[in-house]
Amino acid sequence: MKHFFKQLYKNQVGFIGFCLCVFVCSLALFAPILKTHGPNKQNIRDRFEGPSTEHILGTDNFGRDLFSRVLYGYRTSLGVALISVSIATLIGSLIGLTSAYFGGFIDRFLMRFMDILLAFPIILLAIAIIAVLGSSSVNTAFAIAIVYTPIFARLSRGPALSLLSWDYVTAARALGASGSRIMFKHVTPNILAPILVQVTLSLSTAILVEASLSFLGLGTQPPTPSLGLMLSDSRDYMLLSPWVSLFSGLAILLASLGFNLFGDGLRDLLDPTLKNL
Amino acid sequence: MTNYIIKRIADLVFVLFGVSVLVFFMLRFIPGDAVEIMLGANVDISVERVEALRRQLGLDLPIHEQYGQWFLGLLRGDLGTSIWTGQPVATEIMARLPITLEVTLLALAFSLLVSFPIGILAASARGTWGDTIVRIISIIGLTLPSFWVGVLLLYVVSVRFPSFPAIGFVPFLEDPWGNLSRLSLPVLAVSLPIIASLSRILRSSLLEVMNADYIRTAKSKGLSARTLLYKHALRNALIPVLTIIGVQMGYLLSGVVIIEQVFAIPGLGRLIIGAISERNYPLVQGTILVVTLFFVVVNLLVDLAYAWIDPRVEYS
Repeated sequence: MKHFFKQLYKNQVGFIGFCLCVFVCSLALFAPILKTHGPNKQNIRDRFEGPSTEHILGTDNFGRDLFSRVLYGYRTSLGVALISVSIATLIGSLIGLTSAYFGGFIDRFLMRFMDILLAFPIILLAIAIIAVLGSSSVNTAFAIAIVYTPIFARLSRGPALSLLSWDYVTAARALGASGSRIMFKHVTPNILAPILVQVTLSLSTAILVEASLSFLGLGTQPPTPSLGLMLSDSRDYMLLSPWVSLFSGLAILLASLGFNLFGDGLRDLLDPTLKNL
Repeated sequence: MTNYIIKRIADLVFVLFGVSVLVFFMLRFIPGDAVEIMLGANVDISVERVEALRRQLGLDLPIHEQYGQWFLGLLRGDLGTSIWTGQPVATEIMARLPITLEVTLLALAFSLLVSFPIGILAASARGTWGDTIVRIISIIGLTLPSFWVGVLLLYVVSVRFPSFPAIGFVPFLEDPWGNLSRLSLPVLAVSLPIIASLSRILRSSLLEVMNADYIRTAKSKGLSARTLLYKHALRNALIPVLTIIGVQMGYLLSGVVIIEQVFAIPGLGRLIIGAISERNYPLVQGTILVVTLFFVVVNLLVDLAYAWIDPRVEYS
């Protein structure tokens, strides 16, 4: 672990990403302590204010404190991203491992189904799922989870398939290890590295997808603070006060950028064949 | 090669069939009675109207017959009827499709045009400050929310150049200048992430090719760096760029769907968002089907072009 952080520190891009992730996650985690005002507390007299000591990032059209709203917005967006990517990772890798282990008809059936899901453009599939289930942050998380599942299924199936032909797996099988023991004890640890990289990169894009859906009015619903929704609403009064548009989008960018840089750094560290790419 | 094409087209037919099944069953996954939800529960609507719509959507038939009828309709280009306007869904989509296509293709062309010089420059200046700056900017570009860029561009333009026609849409044939100036900001906004990833891929694939043996041989022949780069390296380096264009089209389409909301462009994006808020499900289904069909076909063409350009690809 210590060695890992030393390596990460040397990989500047990855380290900057890691720091950004820690920063953004602690903002979300400690939002109740860090907030300077209630995220939904209106104060009409103070509306459209620019950044000041009282309101660090200014206020919106209802005089709500933007800094506090960004903190709670991070809670929503990181929460949705974490839940959806966790579900996708779990179910996707299970599908990939099952496919690789059984092969034959099961493999073809599962992978074809994944191909069909992959045929949709990401946002469009998410929009379709939300059109069916209705708009809410829970359904957004569910939609993103479905959209990302085939990525993890594909990602885990390939390496798992090649690992299954290795001698150590054959040896384990000869010793009478059960199928689930082979898959989870012998194969899974060896495919964790690419999955971990993909989890980090997926978090980065999931944050963008959540923000896009909320921006379209299909994701998180008011009054829950959501970065995409804040950006969307801010367009109505942009000419009076551009601060909300500027900072809410910047907040989305920072979170997504952090996970992307971190994932990039992780890939350099964990997968030496991809160096310099 | 012919076998490869046939196999790919067979795959495509299968995937499209699967897509049609999923899109068809969308309506059946809606919690509650789809027809009542579509007509709105709070409005006083006669039982006859509900039953008429149920019949019109074919929801009174057994499920396999429903799908059969719907699928036969698809083959004839019949995507159903928009429940509020009474117009064929296909007509409504065809009216909007060219607009979304224009934005998408303009953005693709613009991205290619800009990312090439950037990628080549970064690769030939490897390890210098210029290269580092391009790398950092391109990573930021990858995660840049295009709708945010759109909003900011709109703000800057409306404050600085209030007379610039920034939103809305006029057909190209009616007013070419008006068309292009209105589309310039949305195209710029959706292009930035694509430019970032294309130039990044071009840079890394150029660097990889430049390490290849045949380049070393060419270098030892005494060829200039210019000839090496443009005559020998660039062609091979383009292959990875080509392969990701298919994937990029997916991002681009998604980006365009969202950016249409920012700039009030009446394309498929606005159509589908409007259809969702009106619970006009046949229109939602049709739009998703058409855009996905387009995306799948583009991906097939990219794959075929890739196999055609690079003889090393195995057609298995």
